[in-house]
This record gives sequence, structure tokens and C-alpha cells, in this order.
Amino acid sequence: MPQFLEHSGSSWKGQRLKHEPSWIDTLDPRIRVASAFVFALIVVLSNDFGVLITGLFASLLLAKLARLNVKRTLRRVIAMDMFMIFLIVMLPFTTPGEALFSVAGYPASLEGLLHALRITLKANAVVLMLLSIVGTMSATTLGHAMARLKVPDKLVHLLLFTVRYLDVIGQEYKRMRRAMQARAFVLRSNSHTWRSMGYLIGMLLIRSLERSERIVDAMKCRGYKGQFYLMDNTVLARQDYSYMVICALFFSVLLALNFV
Amino acid sequence: MHIVDGALSVPVLAGGAALAIAGVAVGLKKMDYDHLPQVGILSAAFFIASYIHLPIGFSSVHLILNGLIGLALGWAAFPALLVALLLQAVFFGFGGFLVLGVNTLNIALPAVLVYGLCRGGIVSSSPKVAATWGAVGGAGAVAITTVMVAASLALSGEAFLLAAKATLIAHIPVMIVEGFVTGAAVLLIRKVKPEFLNLSEEWEGG
Repeated sequence: MPQFLEHSGSSWKGQRLKHEPSWIDTLDPRIRVASAFVFALIVVLSNDFGVLITGLFASLLLAKLARLNVKRTLRRVIAMDMFMIFLIVMLPFTTPGEALFSVAGYPASLEGLLHALRITLKANAVVLMLLSIVGTMSATTLGHAMARLKVPDKLVHLLLFTVRYLDVIGQEYKRMRRAMQARAFVLRSNSHTWRSMGYLIGMLLIRSLERSERIVDAMKCRGYKGQFYLMDNTVLARQDYSYMVICALFFSVLLALNFV
Repeated sequence: MHIVDGALSVPVLAGGAALAIAGVAVGLKKMDYDHLPQVGILSAAFFIASYIHLPIGFSSVHLILNGLIGLALGWAAFPALLVALLLQAVFFGFGGFLVLGVNTLNIALPAVLVYGLCRGGIVSSSPKVAATWGAVGGAGAVAITTVMVAASLALSGEAFLLAAKATLIAHIPVMIVEGFVTGAAVLLIRKVKPEFLNLSEEWEGG
């Protein structure tokens, strides 16, 4: 995959939100997570093109409503598509069926083409929906929403720790790379480069671990005993109920379309 | 390595999710609160590894590091990788929502297998032997992951067979790089901070 299409982890600040505020931010995080899950379930299990196209349009609409950064979102969606590009390009040629056209003597079947199209629609609809209604909350909020949805405590703690360390490790990595560059280290395609990078990763992990041990000690010193307190307000407001009603109606329409 | 939503068939999705949940449950049980920071660090490291590009030949590959994660964590690799994959899916649109189970299984199970197979090797008193086993673990984890990704595709339909084979071939360079990197990382960690690999403090080696 070309490098410019890859995500840059450094563009993400984890705990801080980096998007324009929109009405989606006023919704309860639990409902956002739950609705994204149901949407993914319906879209992935459907095979009707009407449903898939409606789903994709709904995702696009929500992306618009969530005021996602167009350039950043486009890059991410394209990067996701690149993952499966080979799969999708090959499908028409490997699925047996009625030949539609042929490239260099290999016939492409209609069934394969439709299958490829279906995968593309599903993947894009789900990812866009995720980015617009779950990806717009801060990772900490996501953790709290998961805790309220009865996800095991330890897993939620792990998520919150990971979010914290992403920043730490990312910065430490950049610092160490700069130090190597200052000593005239250039990435090449040889075992010296790979070994040096292995040492870098080993050191990176050790430094981060030592740092995390200090954090844990500091937390224990302040009375941490394996529990975070969720202090956010969890009362559902009016807009939550209206959103739920809209979602329920929309999902029923999607389900009904499958049987038309 | 990540499979997107919509590609796999329902039985594969459901089976993957069930096995992943079982793995995560075992992992959570084996992980106590004092280990949380270490698990979190390795989870974050997996995330960061995906943007470390290393050149090989005329192209470049990014690291996966599931071998190293497995060697350090054992079963706790399951929750660690689930969290990393969830964050990648939600905030970067990597992979998808419903395939999270299959993706977790494909990346975490090899990590656990590597832990079982190479654990004995990396505690060896000879640094050379340890580095070799580390390299075997790093390359092996990627190899098993690739086979599992190919298998999930192949199980979802015969039409995917060609794509599955292509995945296998495309990942040979990744295995080579990953082997070198993991071997070196194991060597260094053994020397500097053996506790990271859960070696006891009295452990004499390196």
C-alpha cells in the first residue's frame, strides 16, 4: 500500500476531540455505540442492493451531519478500500458464472462483479457510520460507554490505559528516531536496519513500561485500587429518545427492504 | 491483515467472534490489575507498529509485532489486540465492526501459539539461541496470521481462493523483516529488562 494513504497515528490525540462540534455530540454515547452495532449487523447480513445503497446513503448523510473533516475521512476510507482492493478486483474473475467481459483472455462473471460490489458497499457503509457516530467521541467517552454497556471492567481499563499510552509511545518513538537520525542512521533494505529497528522497539517498550510503572505507583499512592469511577451523567435526554425512534424506524425500513 | 466488513460469510464471522470472546475471557482471567500497564503498552505498540515502515527490496512493509506481543503476554495478547483493533476500527476506519472477532482471532491466536512454542527458546542461557527463537516467533506469528486470514477468506467462498493465495505470497517479505526485528528486540529486552518477558529477577543469562 502506498505510504501516503496510510493513517498517521500521530494525527490522533486520543483524549482530545479534533472535529467540529455537531448535534451528534449531544447524544448519549451508549446509544451511539449500540446504534452503530445494529446498523453494522443489518448491513452486513443484507444482500439486497436496495438495502446496501440506502445504508451507504444513510452513512454519508450522518458523516455530513457529524461534520467530519472531508479530507481526513476520505483518506481513511480509501485506505480501508486499499486493504481489499485485490480481493475485489479478483472476484469477478474467480467466481464462476455468466461471462460479462474479459480481460486478457480471462472472463469476468456477472455474479462475481455483483459480489465485489456488495462487499465494497457494505464495507464503506459500516466504516463511514463508525467514523461518524462512534469515531467522533473521545476515546475516554467510548471507554465509559462500554463500561455502562456491561463490557468487563478489566477490558475497559485496558482500553483507557492503551489510549493514554498511544500518545506516550508515539512521542517516544519519534524522539528515538530523531536521535538515530542525528547519528546518521538511514533506513535501508538490509539486516542492519532491521536489527537496529528491533533494538529501537525493544528499548521503546522498556522505557514505556518503566514509565507506566511510575504512573501506577503514583495512582496507587492516590488510592487507586483497581476501579475507575464513572462520574458522567447517564440520564437519557429528549434528543436521545428522538434519535432512538428515528433509528428504530430506519432499521425497520432497512429490514423490510430485504423482503420486498 | 485486517479484513473488512462484508467480505466474510456469516458462519465464519460468528465462529471467529465466539472463539475470540473465549480467548479474551481466558486472557482477562489470566491478567491481573498490576499487569494492566504492560498489556496496555503492548496494545499501544501494536497500534504504533502499523505506521513504522521498513524498506525491503524495492518496497516497504509495516510491522505487525504480534509475535513479540505474544512472547511477552501469552494469553493476555487477546484482550490487548482486541483493544488495539477496536481503536483502529473506530477512529481510523481500519477493518470493520462485525469482523472484529475474526480479526482479533487471526492476530491474537498466533501470538498465543508463538508463546507456547518459542517461550522455552527465549529463556535459553545463550543469547544467540534466544535471538533465533525470537526471530522464529516473530516470523512464525506473521506466517500463522497470514494462513488464518487466507483460511477465513477461503472458508467464506471458493471464489476467494486466489485472493487467499495472493495474501500468503504478499506477506513473505513481512515475515522476513518481522523475524529480524523481533529477534533483535528479544535480545535487547532480555539484557535490559528481563521482567518484561516475565523472566524472574534472579534469572541468569545473556
